[in-house]
Amino acid sequence: MIKAILIFNNHGKPRLSKFYEHYTEDTEQQIIRETFHLVSKRDENVCNFLEGGMLIGGSDYKLIYRHYATLYFVFCVDSSESELGILDLIQVFVETLDKCFENVCELDLIFHVDKVHNILAEMVMGGMVLETNMNEIITQVDAQNKMEKSEVTSVLA
Amino acid sequence: MALKIVKGSIDRMFDKNLQDLVRGIRNHKEDEAKYISTCIDEIKQELKQDNIAVKANAVCKLTYLQMLGYDVSWAAFNIVEVMSSSKFTYKRIGYLAASQCFHESTDVIMLTTNQIRKDLSSPNQYDTGVALTGLSCFVTPDLARDLANDIMTLVSHGDCVKRKRCSVLIMYKVFLKYPESLRPAFPRLKEKLEDPDPGVQSAAVNVICELARRNPKNYLSLAPLFFKLMTSSTNNWVLIKIIKLFGALTPLEPRLGKKLIEPLTNLIHSTSAMSLLYECVNTVIAGQYCSSVGSVVLCVQKLRILIEDSDQNLKYLGLLAMSKILKTHPKSVQSHKDLILQCLDDKDESIRLRALDLLYGMVSKKNLMEIVKKLMLHVDKAEGTTYRDELLTKIIDICSQSNYQYITNFEWSVSQPVTPHPPGISVSWWTIRVFAVAQMATLLDNAHLLTGSMQRNGICEVLYAAAWICGEFSEHLENPLQTLEAMLRPKVATLPGHIQAVYVQNAAKLFATVLKSQEGNTDSTTAQETSQLMIDRLPLFVQSANLEVQERASCILQLVKYIQKLQQKDVEVAEEVIALFAGELNPVAPKAQKKVPVPEGYLDLTPPSESESEDEQPKAIFAKEEPKHSRPRHTEVDEKELARRREARKQEQANNPFYIKASPSSQKVYQDAPGVEHIPVVQIDLSVPLKVPGLPMSDQYVKLEEERRQKERAEKKKKEKKKRKEKRSGRGKKHDSGPESEEDITPAHMVDIVTEEMPEVRCVSLQIQFSTSRIFNELSPSSFWVFNEKKSSKHKKKKQKKEKEEKEKKKKKKKHHHHHHHSDGGGEESVQNGTVEEEEPLPVSVYDIQGNLQDGSQVVVSVIFENKCDSFLKSMEFNVLDSLNSKLQRPEGSGPHDGLTVPFQLPPGVSNEARFVFTVQSIVMPQKLKGTLTFIVKNEDSSTHEKLDFKLHFTCTSYLITTPCYSDAFAKLLESGDLKGSSVRLEGVNMPFHHLLARICFHHHFSVVERIDSCASMYSRSIQGHHVCLLVKTSGQTVSIDAKCDEPTLLGNVLDEIKQTFSQC
Repeated sequence: MIKAILIFNNHGKPRLSKFYEHYTEDTEQQIIRETFHLVSKRDENVCNFLEGGMLIGGSDYKLIYRHYATLYFVFCVDSSESELGILDLIQVFVETLDKCFENVCELDLIFHVDKVHNILAEMVMGGMVLETNMNEIITQVDAQNKMEKSEVTSVLA
Repeated sequence: MALKIVKGSIDRMFDKNLQDLVRGIRNHKEDEAKYISTCIDEIKQELKQDNIAVKANAVCKLTYLQMLGYDVSWAAFNIVEVMSSSKFTYKRIGYLAASQCFHESTDVIMLTTNQIRKDLSSPNQYDTGVALTGLSCFVTPDLARDLANDIMTLVSHGDCVKRKRCSVLIMYKVFLKYPESLRPAFPRLKEKLEDPDPGVQSAAVNVICELARRNPKNYLSLAPLFFKLMTSSTNNWVLIKIIKLFGALTPLEPRLGKKLIEPLTNLIHSTSAMSLLYECVNTVIAGQYCSSVGSVVLCVQKLRILIEDSDQNLKYLGLLAMSKILKTHPKSVQSHKDLILQCLDDKDESIRLRALDLLYGMVSKKNLMEIVKKLMLHVDKAEGTTYRDELLTKIIDICSQSNYQYITNFEWSVSQPVTPHPPGISVSWWTIRVFAVAQMATLLDNAHLLTGSMQRNGICEVLYAAAWICGEFSEHLENPLQTLEAMLRPKVATLPGHIQAVYVQNAAKLFATVLKSQEGNTDSTTAQETSQLMIDRLPLFVQSANLEVQERASCILQLVKYIQKLQQKDVEVAEEVIALFAGELNPVAPKAQKKVPVPEGYLDLTPPSESESEDEQPKAIFAKEEPKHSRPRHTEVDEKELARRREARKQEQANNPFYIKASPSSQKVYQDAPGVEHIPVVQIDLSVPLKVPGLPMSDQYVKLEEERRQKERAEKKKKEKKKRKEKRSGRGKKHDSGPESEEDITPAHMVDIVTEEMPEVRCVSLQIQFSTSRIFNELSPSSFWVFNEKKSSKHKKKKQKKEKEEKEKKKKKKKHHHHHHHSDGGGEESVQNGTVEEEEPLPVSVYDIQGNLQDGSQVVVSVIFENKCDSFLKSMEFNVLDSLNSKLQRPEGSGPHDGLTVPFQLPPGVSNEARFVFTVQSIVMPQKLKGTLTFIVKNEDSSTHEKLDFKLHFTCTSYLITTPCYSDAFAKLLESGDLKGSSVRLEGVNMPFHHLLARICFHHHFSVVERIDSCASMYSRSIQGHHVCLLVKTSGQTVSIDAKCDEPTLLGNVLDEIKQTFSQC
């Protein structure tokens, strides 16, 4: 199971947070802060796994992250997930964002966090991996966007 | 109408949308909080409007603010409104907001049930999609119950693949929240494992894997199906999940492991996906106890490839998996030592730490020195990092593991500045003491190198040991004066207090030695100079903030001043000064003895008190050393004391009817059985821990307990070996009066099973210890008893040699141990306890009775079962003979005499708690229920059915529940006149009044209402609502308790119980 998915930038500002288990807003912010502290002090050329300790869920949980330019993508997962599999999933996620936003950058995530959520919803549902094929994900996202567009135009028309 | 819509849309154009909000926040970096609060006000206005588009926009912004840490639960109802919009666009916004901020205690969630049901059956597949996605995040037990059927319909009849997949996945969440749905839904879920669509199939695999992780053995029956999937599927995600699932299943079913080897090996050879390869290796490792050496070798080879890879992630995982293999096949890993040492040079700290972990398990006698040497190089390189702390800790762990068993070259070890030198160890290195002393002196001389930055690591602890060794063995010092000077340097004052104290004390010892050597000379001035040195330097310590240091220093300072006076009169004082510290410690070297093979069938007859102090409790020696005046006598006393104790123990054993003899063969089994618990663990007793890995508080107790247990076992084993060795080497009368330490004989060690010179009494193969106090302390403060009676058949064989005097002494001691926690047991029970406590070969149980506040006719009895023997206990059945008044609650359909199955099994040394509910009708009388515990003792080759009788004592106290009461309410209660009075006097109570009150509160569940001087009012309430009021007065040793209660019988019994509590102390 995936327990949480976090995206924050090099300064620890959250760009997306998705918790698959309920925490209070304060706890969520604390988790984001601590995760940032753990992840940000690591060098570029070290491995992408981090034992999260007491942060979320205890010793069964790992932080698996990737760092792209100004953004950190962090998945907090338990031992039922394959570490390398999740790394691939992060890659798929980022590539999908890249396709959907056309050369994605931090600003896209800042201004369109709702869209990022919608894309993520096509990949992970309730903490379980739903789809890992990028083309499939994009088809679904596009279809829904098209529907949204048709609704908006019908209102304005 | 149309106009209104258009107008709404135009209005909307003037509202801030999400992008505007984000931009605004970015433009108001200085006063972000203020800006956001104005935005929230705007959002509140927008939410009040009728236009759904405006509302949706507002909700969308709230979702963003939620991410920034703002609580938006106040808008929950508006979110529900947006969710129920017919437009997909708004619906999606609503569901997203709900998934981010709804949870089980959100009350409006129950309004969503029908909306979600509608969306699930919507013709638009995307409506269904967002509803399922949202639901997966905020599903509650109620929603799960109400919607389970709709989801099942989707699973079986869904026309669209995507909908099907989502609904299969969400089944897991539904099962979690509403477990009753699992059974009816399972066949359909199983069907989906073979769904033609790979997506649906993968979702089903996902769900079953998650379920199986929680309870693997229920899913063993699916193994053939998964096996088929594994050999046919090509989807790596699915394969990984299945292989992970097999990893959880193989430990339960060894045959499965065998069967898996072939396809897994094939996959390992064929796959190009590292993730799949890694999981295959992991699963082979999980089933490795049954897999061939060949497959393990293959795994290690593959892991080596991973570790050698330039990808840090693969390297890390490779090491991780390697450490799992290390546990069972250390040899196969050890051959890759080169690679692992290489990883220590890695730039990645996580990898270095993993490699360190591996090294710990790879150390052997042969390679220890090499490995530590290498690690020391790294310590130098890693100056000033946390990694270095970790390294040092590991070095110490490595060296000290298994009781220093790998250290063959003590001299080498002493020369390592960081390796631990608990003084105890040095003492056991008797033979090399001269060398050790020389090293320690150098160490002290160079102490300044160690202090400073090292101080926080606790490395300075080594100085503690060094100072003591130099003082104690000062006659071996080459240049005692120089060392004395080193010990009195002003810099010493920066060390922790307890080290300074040892410095001061040992400086005095050194001073004596120096004096001795100098008085031999004709020139008396040097001796006087030495005294002057002491007088000059000691005042520094006299000013110390540490009491210990201050006290010792001022004592010694005065002494030296006096000596100086004598010296000035040319009096020879050295002899007398030396006499202050005379007497040598006589060490025992258990290590040396261990090395001699043990003759078959020999007995362990060593008294238990000897062997602990040197190795296990380094500080114990210091404790002896501190009161200097008693030093010369000490060993003597010990010997006498030891002999006396040994005698007493022998008597105790002889008198104990429950002492069990074991057959020689079973003893052998015990000896040979390998197991982690048997490996002695040295606790390096540093008061400044080097770096203790963080443990949650609750675990600490468990750890302590575990350590204690290990220690006990270790000691026992060691004793056995040692004794054997003694006999064998013909040095039976070897000097064995090492200083005795009582320090770690806690009340929990109540059983001493070892006797000397009684060859007919065999060492017991069932390790038995009665450990009550810790358990008691852990549980809630109510009344506890110990219940257990042993099968009588064995006891009859016991020797009944008794000496009256001894017996009485024993009893007293026992009582003393007992009364703290064993308060209310009747006379009969204490006798039982008294005898049983001696030896309890099978489960030891402790119980606690608590009233159920909700139901006045129920009490819950929590019983802790602890398996103290070396066999596996299973099929435990708990049965109580019901009385008219009290009945054990049994599941429906079972007869009144059926036992209740205890829902767990007990491996050796494990304890677990079970709860049993009793219904009671009347609570005014105490009651004893007889019961039996039946169980199967399973050994490697046999299993026997055993039975244990016990009694449960339901005291009236256990029906009382601590209830606070205010003094005015209390007064009203007394005035009401409904209560009947009674009183009791206790004579000869010799304890402070507050102790007395605390005792009544603790044992009898009262709370103090008011206390004035030596008078207090107390209150408690029974589970059936009886009020019990006490007025406790004390004068001298007499305590009078006036009590009132609406039920006189209950009151009488409670008072009797209170009386009993105090009669036992």
